[in-house]
Amino acid sequence: MMNIAVEVSDLRVERGGREVLKGVSFEVPAGQVTGLLGPSGCGKSTLMRAIVGVQAGCSGVVTVLGHPAGARALRRRLGYVTQAPSVYGDLTVRENLRFFAAVLGAGAGAVEQAVHDVDLQSHADVVVGRLSDGQRSRASLAVALLGGPELLVLDEPTVGLDPVLRRDLWALFHRFAGEGVSVLVSSHVMDEADRCRRLLLLRDGELIADDTVEGLRRRTGAADIESAFLAIVESEATTGGPR
Amino acid sequence: MSPRVTLAVAARVLTQLRRDHRTLALMLLVPCLLLTLLWWMFDGDDTVFNRFGPPMLALFPFTVMFLVTSVTTLRERTTGTLERLLAMPTGKGDLLVGYMVAFGLVALLQAALAVGVTVGLLGLAVDGPVGVLVVVAVLDAALGTALGLFVSAFAATEFQAVQFMPALVVPQILLCGLFVPRPALPPVLEAVSDVLPLSYAVEAMQEVQSRAGVTLDLGLDLLVVMAFAASSLALGAATLRRRTA
Repeated sequence: MMNIAVEVSDLRVERGGREVLKGVSFEVPAGQVTGLLGPSGCGKSTLMRAIVGVQAGCSGVVTVLGHPAGARALRRRLGYVTQAPSVYGDLTVRENLRFFAAVLGAGAGAVEQAVHDVDLQSHADVVVGRLSDGQRSRASLAVALLGGPELLVLDEPTVGLDPVLRRDLWALFHRFAGEGVSVLVSSHVMDEADRCRRLLLLRDGELIADDTVEGLRRRTGAADIESAFLAIVESEATTGGPR
Repeated sequence: MSPRVTLAVAARVLTQLRRDHRTLALMLLVPCLLLTLLWWMFDGDDTVFNRFGPPMLALFPFTVMFLVTSVTTLRERTTGTLERLLAMPTGKGDLLVGYMVAFGLVALLQAALAVGVTVGLLGLAVDGPVGVLVVVAVLDAALGTALGLFVSAFAATEFQAVQFMPALVVPQILLCGLFVPRPALPPVLEAVSDVLPLSYAVEAMQEVQSRAGVTLDLGLDLLVVMAFAASSLALGAATLRRRTA
């Protein structure tokens, strides 16, 4: 088993003449929950899209599970959830899952397992368009779980969910990590950082920290990740560090 | 491409349509009602109905499938399901052919109903085999689907997608020989109509109507329609990108 799930080296992404990622390098360890944190618009989604291999205009090297990002061999091994719930609004949860399972070649058991994992049993036969926002994003998450992916790339999967559900989902992510799945989760809510083993802090297209939660706290002397984030940003501003 | 994925796409599109009763009813009933309206307008004058009937049978599947496909694929692009599918082991061909199969089946139903009404109830005179009318209609539908898939790449919103109808479909309706026989058009317009697919679709319908048996001209017309459908499908495939900005 590999120790590194994703290796990113000097990734630059240009979108519409603007550099959205300005030379980012880091590794995502295998079998762990890694959090990608930063304010809205800092480049989190673009970074995740580059890892999944759907982002155009990338330079640098992105290696995923030993293959270049977007390689054909990865399409079955990777689960990806975009910020917008990418499910069909006019199909039920179960119909959506059955369709994507058929595309992946996953069995009927995978569908029921995914419904169960995101706790949507009671709404499995409801048309997605009639679900609440939170339920819809869980339906989208369930699709990513189909077929037992080795790497989960989840773009803000817990935004807008109630606290109980958020706790349950983080527990689910850790359960997957315990089973050897590598999980990369983004969030702009800093207090979710505590739930990750390792953190990547992104600001304005640059990586400003890549550390464990404890490591970050120790380095900055801050009590929580939000204060740590501020401490790093402020120390960079005074030392004239990378902008 | 894999048959499993292609069939999954087709089945999924059909399930979505089945859920949308209103769209389905509009797709199946409106052509029949409009053809009846046409028959009623020329009350008793069979020659006019016989002249306008066959081109109309070509128009409906083409126009309706063009609209439905461009909006459905646009939706797929904007909701992120296309991105998700392309990050999975889905071939572009799976998507395109899946759509063609699903809409082809709907077109078959639509054409069977429309032909049944015009020939069976309204008494459209047809010298050729009636079943071939349905075949021509299904190919016209495939053409509309292929063109709709291609066009959806150039629309950012459903509003824009719908506006491509008057831009791309109406000129073809005007020049297809429905209003003025194509040889009677000004030379420039006749030349333009020679490179528009709907001209051949309409010609095929007229061919079935006026000649007994399956003629060589009919075969050639259908070949041209299929070639147009195949090339728009190839162009459509080129607009499906795994990596997007």
